[in-house]
Formats: sequence, C-alpha cells, structure tokens
Amino acid sequence: MDIKVNGPEPTAAEREAVDAVLGAPVSAWSGGKRDLGKEGRIALLGGNEARAQRHLLLPTLHGVQDRFGWLPPGALAYLSNRLTIPPAEVHGVATFYHLFTQEGGAPNHVHVCDDIACRHKGGLELLQQLNQQHSGSKTVEVHPSPCLGLCERAPAALVLRSGKVAQGCALGHATVGTVGNALQPDTFPDEGTDWLQSAVPQGGDPKANLALLARVGHCDPASLDDYRATGGYIALKRAIELGGEKTISEVTASGMVGRGGAAFPTGRKWDAVAKATDSTRYVVCNADESEPGTFKDRVVMEGDPFALVEGMTIAGVAVGAKKGFLYIRGEYPLAIRRMQGAIDSAHKANLLGERILGSENSFHIEIRRGAGAYICGEETALFNSIEGLRGEPRNKPPFPVQHGLFNKPTVINNVETLINIPLILREGGTTIGGLGTQGSKGRKLFCVSGHVARPGVYEYVFGISLRQLIEQAGGVPHGRPIQAVLLGGAAGAFVGPGQLDVPLTFEGTRAIGATLGSGVVMVFDDTVDLGDTLGRIAAFFRDESCGQCVPCRVGTTRQEELVQRLRHGKPLGTAADETALLDEIGQVMRDASICGLGHTASSALQSAIKLFGPGILSGKLAEKNHV
Amino acid sequence: MSEPFREPEMWFHAPPRPTRIPLAPVKEAKPPINLTVDGQAVTVPDGATLLDACKAKGIDTPTVCFHPNFTPVNVCRSCVVELDGSRTLVPSCSRKAEAGMLVKTDSERVKTSRKMVLEFLASSVDLSTAPELQARCKEYGANPSRYGQPEPAHAAGERDSRCAGHHHIPTGEQAQRVAQPVKVDNTLYVRDYSKCVLCYKCVQACGDEAQNTFAIAVAGRGFDARISTENAVPLTDSACVYCGNCIGVCPTGALMFKSEHDMREAGTWDESQQKQTDTICGYCGVGCTLTLHVQEDKIVKVTSPADIDITHGNLCIKGRFGFEGINNR
Ligand SMILES: Cc1cc2nc3c(=O)[nH]c(=O)nc-3n(C[C@H](O)[C@H](O)[C@H](O)COP(=O)(O)O)c2cc1C
Ligand code: SF4
Ligand code: SF4
Ligand code: SF4
Ligand code: FES
Ligand code: FES
Repeated sequence: MDIKVNGPEPTAAEREAVDAVLGAPVSAWSGGKRDLGKEGRIALLGGNEARAQRHLLLPTLHGVQDRFGWLPPGALAYLSNRLTIPPAEVHGVATFYHLFTQEGGAPNHVHVCDDIACRHKGGLELLQQLNQQHSGSKTVEVHPSPCLGLCERAPAALVLRSGKVAQGCALGHATVGTVGNALQPDTFPDEGTDWLQSAVPQGGDPKANLALLARVGHCDPASLDDYRATGGYIALKRAIELGGEKTISEVTASGMVGRGGAAFPTGRKWDAVAKATDSTRYVVCNADESEPGTFKDRVVMEGDPFALVEGMTIAGVAVGAKKGFLYIRGEYPLAIRRMQGAIDSAHKANLLGERILGSENSFHIEIRRGAGAYICGEETALFNSIEGLRGEPRNKPPFPVQHGLFNKPTVINNVETLINIPLILREGGTTIGGLGTQGSKGRKLFCVSGHVARPGVYEYVFGISLRQLIEQAGGVPHGRPIQAVLLGGAAGAFVGPGQLDVPLTFEGTRAIGATLGSGVVMVFDDTVDLGDTLGRIAAFFRDESCGQCVPCRVGTTRQEELVQRLRHGKPLGTAADETALLDEIGQVMRDASICGLGHTASSALQSAIKLFGPGILSGKLAEKNHV
Repeated sequence: MSEPFREPEMWFHAPPRPTRIPLAPVKEAKPPINLTVDGQAVTVPDGATLLDACKAKGIDTPTVCFHPNFTPVNVCRSCVVELDGSRTLVPSCSRKAEAGMLVKTDSERVKTSRKMVLEFLASSVDLSTAPELQARCKEYGANPSRYGQPEPAHAAGERDSRCAGHHHIPTGEQAQRVAQPVKVDNTLYVRDYSKCVLCYKCVQACGDEAQNTFAIAVAGRGFDARISTENAVPLTDSACVYCGNCIGVCPTGALMFKSEHDMREAGTWDESQQKQTDTICGYCGVGCTLTLHVQEDKIVKVTSPADIDITHGNLCIKGRFGFEGINNR
C-alpha cells in the first residue's frame, strides 16, 4: 500500500518515542535510512508484512502520548510511515480515545472522576479546586472523567505523568494534596497493599469463606511462591493432565456463565472455539472494566494477578490457543504493572511460554492497554481496538467464537469469569455447580459503593438478597433511608426501597426487570439528587457512544437533551409527552442499535422514571431531605 | 491475429515453474434458500441478504448507508426488519438470508424504528439536497421538529476539534445538530458536513472499496464523530487526488461539485433543465463511461453509472473534473 504522508518532519525525540515501541526501522520505505546495499530496491518490509503491523498502532500511540503528554503531528506522521497506516486513519483512531490529547497538550494530566459514585463524595468539589489551581498551567491539564473504577474509595483521580519513563497512578480518597504529591516524578502513592484490604471488607474473616478474593490484600501480589503456597497452579496442572476436552467438560459442569454482563455459558463458548476448524485461535481477557460502579476486576488484578494468569492459561490449554491478549483499561496503571509482573514471573517459572510445565502446550500472554473508551469493553469493539482500528463494535453474527480477534476463533472472557476457572478445576465442576441457585451457579463478586458504611468488593455464593448485602456492607451511614439502589451500573436499572428483598441472582433480578450486569450495587440515600445522577448517566452514554449507528449516536444525544429539559423544568409539552418520547427513543436504541451500549442506554433512566415518575429529574425530592 | 503465436528461437527460456499457480477452488453451488417475508414465501440464491429477499418480493426498503458495490457497513439502521427469534431488529442490508427465516418488514416495531432513525437524521442533519431521504421521512411520518428548535450552526472547525469523552451539557431547549460552514478549500469540490449523515460511503470509496487513497476517515466519537482528513487539514494538504469518487457515492449532497455548489448558491441550479449524456472519456485508453450533466449547454457535473463494469461509478480526476476545457471551447 502506497500512502501519502504530508505531516511535518519528526524531531529526534518524536522519532525516539516511536522507535522505543517499534524498534529501529528496517527499511527506507518505513522511515529508516536509505541503504541500497542492504535493501536493494525491494522493501524489506512491504505489502502483507507492513499491513500485518496495524495492531501496533494503539501501543505506539500510547508510546507517543506517554512521552509528550499529547500527540505531536510530527510523531504521528512518522508513525504513519513506520506502520504504513494512512494519516487520516491514524487521526481517526487517535481521536477515538479520551486519554489521547490532540493539540498542544500539557505533559501531565489529572483525570478527576465526576461520575455517579464520586460526585456525591466530593468529586465535583475536587474537580473545581484542581481546575482553579491549574487554570492556565502549561504543565498540568485537568479533565473531568467518567468512573475510574475506584468507587469504593470515592472521590477518585488518575494522574498521568509523561516523560522518558511514563508514570501513572490512580488515587482513591483523592485530595488536592495527594494529587499534588502524585504529580511529583517517581512517586507511586498507589503501590502497597494496605488499601486492598479495605477494598475487600470480608478479607481475613474465616467465616466469610472467601474463594475468589481470599488472597487479595493477604498475599504478596508480586510473589509467585505465595500464590503457589495458597493453592495456585494446582488447577493448571490438572487441566494439562485432563486435556482440553475434559477441562471444558468441567467448566460446563460448573454451570459457569460469563461475569462480564451478558451471562453467556462459558463452557459452550470454549467448546465452540475448541471445535473450530481454524487452528489459530486466541484467548482474550476483557479487563476494560469501565461500567460506572464496577471495580472488581481491578481489585482482583491488583491483589491476585496470578489467578488471572492461571485462568487465562487454562483457557488457552483448553481451547488450543497459543496466544492470549489481556486488554486492560488505560485508567488502571497499577493493575497493568502488577499483571505484567505476574506474567513475567510465570514465564520464568515455565508456567507460561513454550511447553508449559514440560507439556505439549504453549501459551503466551500480551497486555494491551486501553486508552479511555467504555465501548472498547464490548467484545468486538475490543477486537477492533487491538487490531488498530477504531473501537467500533462489529455487527453480529458472525460471533467471536467463529470470527473474533484477527478474524480467528476467539474466546473472550471477563476477568471474574477467568479467575473462577482455577477454582472450578481445583474443586471440581460439579461441586461448584452445586453451589448457588437453580439459575445462578457458583460465586459472585459484588461491587458495593455509594452510601454504605463499608464499600468494597464482596464475594458470596449466589442467593444473597440485596438487603442482606447492604447490611453486610454496614448499611447506610447515619441511619438514613435508602432512596434507590442502582443494580448493574449505568447500563443496569434502579430499584426502589420496596424491592430490597430481591435475590441477587440472574433470574431474581430479571424477575423484577433489573439486571446483575457486572455486579454493581450502588446505594443512594435520601439526600442524593437522583435527577443529577440521571443527568450524569445520560451524559455518560452521550460521551461513550462510538457514534457509528444512528439510533445510538443521535438517540443518546436526544435522550440527554430530554433529561436536561426535565431537569430545568422546561419540558416540550407536558412531562407525560416527554416520557412518551423517551420511551420511543429507548425503543429505537434497544431495537435497532448495533451493540449493547445502545441497547441499554436508556435502561437506568427509564427504570428511575418508572419508580419515581418524571418529577425525579427536577431534584425537588432530595432538596427536601437535605440536612 | 491470424497466425498462431510462436516463440522465436533465440529467446531466453525460463525454467519451468515448479508448481502451477493454484486456481481458486471451484465453489460448489449451494442450493437456494427458502424463507418467508411478510407471510410470502421467497427463494433467493445462497449468499443473498434479507434486503435481496425483500427486493425479490418487490418490498421497498429504505437504505441510507448501503451501496450495492460496497461491503455493507450497516450503520444507519434504516433498513431494519423484524426477524423471528432475534431479540433485536436486524439490518436487512447485511444480514444473510438463512433457510426458514421468518421476516417481517411492516410490523409496528419496524415502522417505529425506521421512523425514529429518519427523525434522528432529519433533526440533526440538513437534508435539503437529499430528496430521497425527505421522501422517506414523509413516508414514515418522521417529525423532526419534536426535539425543539434546531440549534444555530457551529463555528468553522469547532466540530473538528471536539475531544472524545467531553461535551458541554446541553440545556435541551434546542436540538443539537451537525450544522457548520461548508468547507471550500479547493476549486473542484466542496464538503458541506452540515449535510453528512455519516454513512461511511465516502470513506469506503476513498479507501479499499474503490480508490485506495485513504485521504479521509471517520474521526471523533459519538455525536461528535465526523469525516475528517488527518488533523482536519484542508483537502489540498491531504492525500486527496480529487478523483471525486466520494462525491459519486454521497447520498445527501454533502460532497458536491464546486460547479454545482456555486450554481445552487447563485440560484441557477435547475435539474429540470438538465440533460444527461453518456459518453466515453477520451483522456486515456481505459475508456470509462462518463455521464455528462449538461445545463444550458454547459457541463455542470460528471458522474459514471454505478452498474457499469468498467468504472463501477468510479473515475479519476481527469474524467471527473476535466470538463472545463470543453466548457471553454
Ligand atoms: C458497552 C459494553 C461494554 C462492556 N464492557 C465490558 C467490560 O468492561 N468488561 C467485560 O468483561 N465485559 C464487558 N462487556 C461485555 C462483553 O461484550 C462480553 O460479553 C464479555 O466480555 C464476555 O465475557 P464473559 O462471557 O466472561 O462475560 C461490555 C459490553 C458492552 C455492550
Ligand atoms: S449502539 Fe452505540 S456504541 Fe454500539 S455500535 Fe451503535 S453507536 Fe456504537
Ligand atoms: S476525491 Fe477521491 S481521493 Fe479525494 S477524498 Fe474523495 S475519494 Fe478520496
Ligand atoms: S460525506 Fe456523504 S458519503 Fe460521506 S459519510 Fe457523509 S453523507 Fe456519507
Ligand atoms: S470511581 Fe468515581 S464513580 Fe467510580
Ligand atoms: S442500509 Fe442497512 S444499515 Fe444502513
């Protein structure tokens, strides 16, 4: 492919930033020095080979952003040449992600969460203070951010420092002071494990009988020995002994269904890939966790990274894949560091790589970093993102088990799904399958946040009710009444104080028109202006729609306008007209959108209006209750 | 040639090829597919889409992003139909027909979705030069005015510099639009993205479906998504070679010959006074079919029929824009 690149000449530093990711150029055709003796007149790297590098686009963009804090045009032009990607497409991909800064960005960025959990806990004030402090600054840029996945320690902020060694850290209970400290080079206030213990309030309690979270906060996440001493890697050995087919039978017997939101039977997914005719297959772990209110995957990756490595490896062995990708959202710098550490240690111990534990199986894991886009959690958008395309979901069918990553049969699973796998193989599929209820087997992680005394990740065998879970989390502080609970995140639904006895199972939540989704349980007491929360949710979908299909691109926009009209008390026609219009907007998004984002974009809103009437949007209710 | 070709003796003989170039495997013709559309039995060949099945029964289906020569991108969702057993509606332009499918094209669900899609487009995009879409809006009873007064146009470049993940919270009193000044940055064609429905066809035409120049791509996200050159530079600083193939596929007139744009501005554009004449381009030996659109004895634009094998509707800069010489004769 012959592409035309008009951009400015790269500076030495810009070249260096790109070469740091891609290595030195081998060919004059891709931006290197011309060496006729070596290369002759035929490109060393041409045609198919050049095109096959497209998947390096996202890592290279990260390299440039990390080095400068923004994407200088010279660097983009150089990387276009290096990767043979047309500059217009590079621009299209770069502008898709909100962690990439386009024009003249500052070297340091602070992303302050103003999403639904943080905005009631000082997030908005923090954002305002930081905006004031850094207004006009050439070194620090402050951005409002959707949920940073630290809801248990609201308010949250993410500090990204650029430079030769880029550094990022995510801060819980953030203040102007801690953000200021984190802006100093070489400080990593997010290291350590103390706060991991508070993220898992049940931790260390033998009565809680934790299986998935047992190690979090109580084992050194950097120590493979600790992991092995606590039952780690027994499951991989067993899977290798059993072989693919029997391993999959165990998973099927456990009744495991995906924990990423869609609740698809995991065994069936694996079986389809294992039986695919194409022998090049992939395992992808979806760690893009961006659903507002969800933070379980981060806690697991930070606290028990080897469990995920083991789970992915078993998946690879079971379906006959040699390569796995772990796609972690870019807002999780610590999880990325810890997972990379675990992958490296596993490699050294021959638990990853060629001929694992002396068997015939080989498996490698590569981490890919997201760059700020909720939609890249949708499985096919995630594939496109890895492949170096815009993170736009693909139309289904075909499904990932047939045509997934690089068009190959692919198993894609959520982090929580995959850490259940070692457990299933250790304890036996039928044992796990005997836990829980008729329609929900095994254990589930819940992300409890908002107005509860002890927010954090909780683990229970399926069957606990919402009321019990809130009680376990210490109930609502100051004895205030519950106004509503958001189940399943922004894509989920609100339930009212009268529905607290709903069992937190797939079938139980479905029966009341709600969903477990990613396990979000966000509690709102009676002081919260739910109208403001709904406004934020509407803004979230308006921001995060990929923009590809009309129902969702325009629908999320019209929906937000409608919410704001009602908030300002200026409906077009009556409030009833507006709810009827919202129903129609919701219907076309649900019926005609390409992907799950559009399908669920109106769900939380409609559930709240159903519970409280359109008056909830005006915020009068909460004002009355404010102390 | 009457004499059979004979190799001259002194020519170099290449060694025989070790293997034959493999031929594409002969595909076994699969049996045709029987399905039901709106209660009527339809038979279509294997590989046909639901849109083909609708066509076969004479069922008229609105399409915006579909182009018969391109791989369907299925983004506009105006062609959705109800498929028995599917939780959501499915895009007929891309969904392959399967045996036994039960398809409905006239249910309330289908009508509502189509109406809403058209309403969304009409309330956010200027459809004044898209008569077919206007007719569809009427047909489905779309009422774009129910989202409030349209907001004023954005300043030049404002939409091009929007960042993903942030937007100004609207008051909701005015309906947001993509309205912005028309981009006139060269003498051959203009880009009026106020009229862009984001059908992706121009990107496909400029990319590997036709031109392989890749001068434009979709940038941004959500409602801020837009067609853009790299860093939104003017076309003259981009990779564009002015083949005009993007103009040829644009369904709304967002991409338009400068000659047409200028005449519309001056109020002299009058399609009823135009004649279309097919001819063969004289610039090179390929011999592309040109359709000359002539008004008052002047060529006002040039297209090529999309269903002709030689061009598939595509031309190069010479055939597309090289008519000034004739006009100046
Ligand atoms: C808009 C959207 C966002 C999603 N985000 C995530 C995510 O962050 N993590 C995740 O595991 N699944 C996410 N999913 C679900 C995935 O598409 C997919 O179903 C899941 O990764 C499959 O894994 P599982 O079977 O283990 O649940 C998302 C889906 C949609 C529609
Ligand atoms: S539903 Fe929304 S996010 Fe999904 S493909 Fe359509 S525009 Fe993109
Ligand atoms: S005129 Fe041709 S090269 Fe230029 S943008 Fe259109 S299709 Fe691409
Ligand atoms: S400019 Fe025209 S062809 Fe291109 S996306 Fe917009 S409407 Fe479609
Ligand atoms: S981190 Fe702020 S809402 Fe989740
Ligand atoms: S024509 Fe089928 S989705 Fe656009």
